[in-house]
Formats: sequence, C-alpha cells, structure tokens
Amino acid sequence: MAGIPHDHYEPKTGGEKWLYSRLPIVGLAYDTIMAPTPKNLNWMWIWGIVLTFCLAMQIITGIVLVMHYTPHVDQAFASVEHIMRNVNGGYMLRYLHANGASLFFVAVYLHIFRGLYYGSYKAPREVTWIIGMLIYLAMMATAFMGYVLPWGQMSFWGATVITGLFGAIPGVGAPIQTWLLGGPAVDNATLNRFFSLHYLLPFVIAGLVAVHIWAFHTTGNNNPTGVEVRRGSKAEADRDTLPFWPYFVIKDLFALAVILTIFFAVVGFMPNYLGHPDNYIEANPLSTPKHIVPEWYFLPFYAILRAFTDDVWVVILANWLSFGIIDAKFFGVLAMFGAIAVMALAPWLDTSSVRSGRYRPMFKWWFALLVVTFIVLMWAGAMPAEEPYATISLIASAYWFAYFLIILPLLGVIEKPLPQPTTIEDDFNAHYSASTGGTKTVAAE
Amino acid sequence: MFRNIALTAASALALSASVALAAGEAPHIEDVAFAHEGPFGTFDQMQLQRGLQVYTEVCSACHGLRYVPIRTLSDEGGPMLPEDQVRAYAAAFPVNDEDSNRQLYDVAAGAFRPLTPTDNFPAHNLAGAPDLSMMAKARAGFSGPYGTGMNQLFKGMGGAEYIHALLVGYEEPPACAADFESDGYYNTVFTKGAIPDTCKDEAGHSTIPGSWIAMGPPLSDDVVTYADGTPATVDQLSMDVSSFLMWAAEPKLVARKEAGFKAVLFLIVLASLLYLTNKRLWAGVKGKKHA
Repeated sequence: MAGIPHDHYEPKTGGEKWLYSRLPIVGLAYDTIMAPTPKNLNWMWIWGIVLTFCLAMQIITGIVLVMHYTPHVDQAFASVEHIMRNVNGGYMLRYLHANGASLFFVAVYLHIFRGLYYGSYKAPREVTWIIGMLIYLAMMATAFMGYVLPWGQMSFWGATVITGLFGAIPGVGAPIQTWLLGGPAVDNATLNRFFSLHYLLPFVIAGLVAVHIWAFHTTGNNNPTGVEVRRGSKAEADRDTLPFWPYFVIKDLFALAVILTIFFAVVGFMPNYLGHPDNYIEANPLSTPKHIVPEWYFLPFYAILRAFTDDVWVVILANWLSFGIIDAKFFGVLAMFGAIAVMALAPWLDTSSVRSGRYRPMFKWWFALLVVTFIVLMWAGAMPAEEPYATISLIASAYWFAYFLIILPLLGVIEKPLPQPTTIEDDFNAHYSASTGGTKTVAAE
Repeated sequence: MFRNIALTAASALALSASVALAAGEAPHIEDVAFAHEGPFGTFDQMQLQRGLQVYTEVCSACHGLRYVPIRTLSDEGGPMLPEDQVRAYAAAFPVNDEDSNRQLYDVAAGAFRPLTPTDNFPAHNLAGAPDLSMMAKARAGFSGPYGTGMNQLFKGMGGAEYIHALLVGYEEPPACAADFESDGYYNTVFTKGAIPDTCKDEAGHSTIPGSWIAMGPPLSDDVVTYADGTPATVDQLSMDVSSFLMWAAEPKLVARKEAGFKAVLFLIVLASLLYLTNKRLWAGVKGKKHA
C-alpha cells in the first residue's frame, strides 16, 4: 500500500511465512489496524467508528428480524407485532434496528459536515468523498425501503409519495414508476422487492465502506489542520502520526461507549420517540393520512423537494426554457437530487488552496450558515406545505445551492487565509507539551 | 468553532426531529400520572386487571384486540392473572364478529370453538370501531416542551392520555352546531370526525375543539362493578382502560425499561473505564495541555 511510511508486518514463524506467501491476509489486517494516523485528530474524527458499528448492528439485528418477518401485504404488519410480542427479545431487536437507523444518520450527517468543514473532500481525497456520497445514497435507499416493511400507514404512504417522484420525470416517468413498483400502485410486489433490496443493499454498503477505508488509508487521514503528514522518511512520519492501534481504537471506543449510552437510553425509555404514531396503524390504501411526513433524516431534502412550487421564478424560467417539459414537480425532484449532487461535487467547486476551515476566516461563517440552513430545512420539512414554511424552505434551499455553486468557488479567490502550521507536529505541540520527555509512543501490542 | 456548531446542530436536530408530531392540529390532552411512565415506571397490576374488566364488559362489544395473545394476560409485567383464570377467561370470551374470526370456526362441530389462552383476542371489524391493540401507540402523544417531544421520557407517549381524554371528552354540542344533524356525538378531543360548516371560519378552519364521533359515550358511572371495590366513576374507568390499552400496545414495556437501565448502567461503567484507559494511553504523548 502506498502512502505514509510505516512498519509492515513481517512473518516470523514457519506457519506465518507459509500463510504469508500464499495469502498475506495477516499483513493486510496488520497494516490496516496499525495505519499511521495524524496524532492531532479531534473528537469529530470518531464518527467513522460509530458508523461502522451502526452498519454491523443493523445487519446483525436485521438478519435475526428477517427470521420472523413475513413480507406479504396481508401479514407484514401482523408479523412485526408477532416480533414485538412473541419472539424472545424481539421487541428489543426491532427497537434497536429502528432506532439504529436514526443513530446511523446522526453519525453520517456529523461525519459529512466534519468533512465539509475540514476540507476532507479536497485533493487527494476526492475518491474517498465520492465513495462516501455513494454510501450515503445507498443508506438513504436502504432506510427508505426499510421503513416500508412494517407496512404501517406511513410506510405505505411514504412509499407512494417517494416512488411518485419518479413519475414526475417527463415522458418516461409513468412507466418507470410502474416498473419500480411492480404494478400500478404500491402493493405486494412493491413490498417484496423493497424487502429484497433492503436485505441486499447493506452488503453493497459494506463493500463500499471497505473501498472507502482503502481509499483514505492510501491518502492518509485528513486532520484538523488540513496539513499533510510528512512522508520523507519513516522517522519524519512518526513525528506527525501515531498507530491507529491502540491510540485511536481506544479513543474511538470511548466515544462509541458514550454515544451508545444515549442510544440505549432512547431505546430503553422512549423507543418510539423518532417514529410516527401512524405507523402503528396498518397500511390502508383507502385512507390517506392528513400529513405524510418522512423520517427525520429525509426532512432536509424533502423540504427542498417541496420548496420549488410553480410560482418560483427559476421554476417558471426552467419551464419556459424547456418548452414546458420541466414542471414544478419535476423541478423539485431535480432540486432534491441536485442538492446531493452539488455536495458530491464539492472537491471541484471549492477553489481554496487551504484545506481546513480552521484557517479560513470567511469560510467559517458561511459554513456555520450552511449548518443552520440544514437544520432549518429539516424543521421546515416537518411542517405542512403552507406559508410561512414554503418561503423559509425556498430561502434555505437557495442558500444550500448557493453555498456549493457560488460561495465555495468564490471564497477561494477573495478570502485571505490565516497562516497554517508547517507540520502536524507543530500544531500538536502548540496544544500539548510532552511531559515525559522520553519515548513518545507506547509499544504497540 | 466546530464544537459549538456541532453542539448547536445536535440540539437542533433533536428539536426538529419530532416537530412532525407537533405539526398536526393537536387537541389539548390532559396529562394523567400513570404508573407506567418515566424511566422506572411499571404498570399498576390492579389497574390493568380493572382495565381488562372494562375492555371485556364494555369495549369488546365493538372493538377487537386482534394482535394481543390472551396468554400474555399472565405475563410478568402485565395484569399477571393466574393461568387457570386466563384459561377460564378465554373460554368465556365471546366471538362477537364471526366473519372476522373464521379461523375459530370448528367445521366438525359446526360452531365457533371456545377460545384458549394461545389464541389472540378476537378481531372485530365493525365499521368505525378500530382495533385497539396498538391504539395507545397509534395516537400522537405529547409533543412538548417546545415541540421537542422530550417530555415523553417522563410522561410517557401520551397515547394512553389521549384515550382517557377522548373517553371523558363528550360534551353537549356547541351553540354553532344547534342545527347540525348528525348520527355522531360531539367530542372535544376527537379531531377526525365531521364538523358542521357553521362551526368553521372563512378559511375553513374549525372554531371549536374536537368534532363528531360515531361512538356514543361508552362509559357511565358504575357501568362495571370492580371486584376490588374501587369506585367506578367515568374518570376511573377511563383511566383504567387507558392503562390496560397501553399495556396491550406495549406488553414488554417493563422488560424494555429494565433492559435499557441495565444497558445504560453497563455503558456508563464501560465508558468510564475507557475514558481512564484513553487518558493513561495518551498521557505519554500529550503531556500537559496548554490552555
């Protein structure tokens, strides 16, 4: 593996050498777990571990839930109640799985915004960023289809609304929607394919996660200064880094334990806090709920979807320019997917030569506004589609796009960055002084 | 900088997460201090038994409880009826809606067989009388304070309170509905029913609390006679049956809270040990922290 110079695994015994010459799997594991890691990583670098844990937890609880679940419109709802009432520990499995999705998204949003603030998306980490965005998309698809499986009212109507988005595509929309649903409306065929894909996609995510880790182990981690680890020699690199084990493993596990404390308090004491009461009513195609609200983690993009109504000038313009092909509904769909696309393009839209927001005095405030915008969108997405929420959504959506398409390119030109530390070691020593004066690292075992 | 943003974001996330609940036109739901609320709350066993009696003698005439297995009446954390009583109770339980319970029909005998503890309560698909198995979880609960819904932690989900408020929420129709002809009954908590145009403003928004519900006031004082001598007022009856329906919706509530408590306790200890380990581990690298 290219990258930061570090010790590699040396097979010692005969058995180790035998295996190593045939399959260097121990070496791979060693290089991964001992990866040199910038020693100045702060507490925003713990979300990767939380996310890995979430993926594992969701897959394990999910596999057991599948043993008791029935993917059929007549039995899905009842089988979930069967899990809640008759399966040993079933209620815990289900609440862990349902709330685990929320923890997953809390972690992924903090992970993404950390990357946006510290410029983790910038060269040479564009591939890591793009793979991350693919993981995020796969997560959204998985979570959406998972929410349909209990076959409650919100499951059914959420599926109806979201698959309806594809129906907004001009010309081919209706056939695509029918193809996705497996029929003219959300029904048993839809439930079955969603179940199949909900089981499949997590393993796709696991594969993408492996590539994500591979990519940033090749480039090395970003860090709060955005300054690269020195790679001239191993001695030089050692002054900027520490091995992942034990330093960051223990640190990350501590953070994970704190987060899980809160998580288990939610699961144990208020497991339905983030759910919608209507999903305890069995799906009924003949009765539409008053407000169809997606899960909280979709709300920002749901708000963007709804923000572009047919009285907004960009929509009118797009409609006129496309000879009426792009209507408000299709524009909303484009905006929703576009909101994620512009985020994925951040590596090429950000023109600043400085990586970390820490040394970008103007960027800091625009970034803070982006975070506020995200939260406002989330709030507006939960509100009914009427004033003043429509206007608020529109302003916030406009800022979301402006941040990526105008502010990021422009800031690189007009902003005067603050001086950055020359090395990670300098930054670290500015915060801490090694009191021991002796060996810096504990022998890794 | 980032820390501040992260903290603000985290708290705002919690805030926006449950506004969904607050978005609907929520009627005012009177809080009831049920025994099952809060992190350490457990069901009041006697109240569940009284509530079961109310369900059996009043509600079950129209409402099913199709997802609840009868045997769970003797489960730990629930009404905890002795098993022989549950057997007798099941055998005596009538199947009121025969069409919805064909699986109980014994072809050889040409009749509906008596229920056993392993059966679920019968379904009942009378129009306008929804199944009550998950009713206490299917109604919007509390959303305060400030729309965060965080008071769920201490007050419970509010579904049981909704049922209680609905059962005691019958009133004489307001003056604006003097000419309104309806088969229903005016209820100040039920919002899904019909409202006469005379009780709406120009924008079409209702000017009165609640609407008209198909169910007549089901409870009256002493409609059941409690074996334990508790006075059977409408308020008491409705609280008891609400508590029972909360149990029916979440029969593992007590076990769940116990598991949650153990997990939290374990994780606090684990986090403390990891904190110390981490501190010790990094001490050699970090030394003293500058300001």
